[in-house]
Amino acid sequence: MKVHLPNSAFLGNIDSFFNSLDMSDTNTLQISANKKWISVHPLVLAMVAALGQTVRPENIACEAFEAKSKHYFERMGLFRFLGVKSGIDVVEHESAGRFVPLTQIQSQGALSKFVTDMIPLLHLSPAHAEPIRYIVTELVRNVIEHAESPHGAFVAAQYYEKSNSIRIGIADVGVGIKKTIGRSHRVSGDLSAIGLALTPGITGTTAREGGTEQNAGAGLFFIKSIASINGDFFAIYSGSALYKLLRQYATKRHVLHADPFRDRHSARENLPQWPGTAVGIDMMLDENEKFSALLEHIRGTYARAVRERRKERYKKPRFV
Amino acid sequence: MITIKLHKIVGDFAENKDIARDVRENELLPALEKGNEVIVDFGGVTGATQSFVHALISEAIRRYGSDVLDRISFKNCNEVVQKIITIVTEYMQESE
Repeated sequence: MKVHLPNSAFLGNIDSFFNSLDMSDTNTLQISANKKWISVHPLVLAMVAALGQTVRPENIACEAFEAKSKHYFERMGLFRFLGVKSGIDVVEHESAGRFVPLTQIQSQGALSKFVTDMIPLLHLSPAHAEPIRYIVTELVRNVIEHAESPHGAFVAAQYYEKSNSIRIGIADVGVGIKKTIGRSHRVSGDLSAIGLALTPGITGTTAREGGTEQNAGAGLFFIKSIASINGDFFAIYSGSALYKLLRQYATKRHVLHADPFRDRHSARENLPQWPGTAVGIDMMLDENEKFSALLEHIRGTYARAVRERRKERYKKPRFV
Repeated sequence: MITIKLHKIVGDFAENKDIARDVRENELLPALEKGNEVIVDFGGVTGATQSFVHALISEAIRRYGSDVLDRISFKNCNEVVQKIITIVTEYMQESE
């Protein structure tokens, strides 16, 4: 496998990074990087760290980073997870506080601790912390519960002062959404599986409406809805498909759709096969709606979606 | 009447579905089975996930129908927790 860290890869332009992944020869991992400047979404780091777990350390070849921004990758812990000596010295200075370095989470206990520790690292107000801890918890819990990855979830987050936003990336190298959703629903491909996973009330654990006692099939719909209302980017890449919720127009943010393909989005198929699931989200802190108001919007859409899907299954009278 | 105080079990943020399952199986459902009323006390809990609340109460609604909500009270819930409980109770009743 080959990964090249480009000059820039954020959710708006991340498609080309995904497309550049070379997933052949799964026994080796070669990592190269732009020589001048590398500025990437935390999702990219989470993906590379996760991928590194699938290869023996001696089969990972990481070229020496030359870019001026190379220290960032050392501070985020990328080389540590790859078992690579970067040769980069980092002077820890106090302003380093507004990021969450790469963290591997393999159990519910580790997740609870991570969520508690994460918020102070990002220096967030309670109002901003609320949706972020919600999103991270639900996404990582999905990995622990459904991904079947021996390596768990890789998470990283970064505050960006210029845009006053938090960018979060979560990646795993598990079985992917198509397999988990396909256990209970008919799926035609990776994109259709992502679509179902984002639809309220659909879970891979049962075909039954309303889910099981332990799973409702609501988690990803909630997260997509939070992103939609706040006008944030949200991207999910699994198998060969990418679904990307684009920033919603301010006037349409409160129009939530149960069908993710009715939201303003882009979708791609035939990307290199990602062995698991990778999710990225950007949260603009200036534009965040109060969390309770946001839940009120979700409430209306969710109940309506469940009701409409039940109606679809009603038997129709036969008029002869 | 029994009271389930969640804060001492889940802490500040109610997100651990494994704990929700334990409370459901060991406290909530047995109490309802005996015909008791239950108070779920969220005092000290500042937030909860939909997954947690679903794991805690959905089976009670599925098993006993929406009338079970006459026997379960939710105490000391802040606005966010109230909203999440409302969402779960509504979609469970829609899918009954």
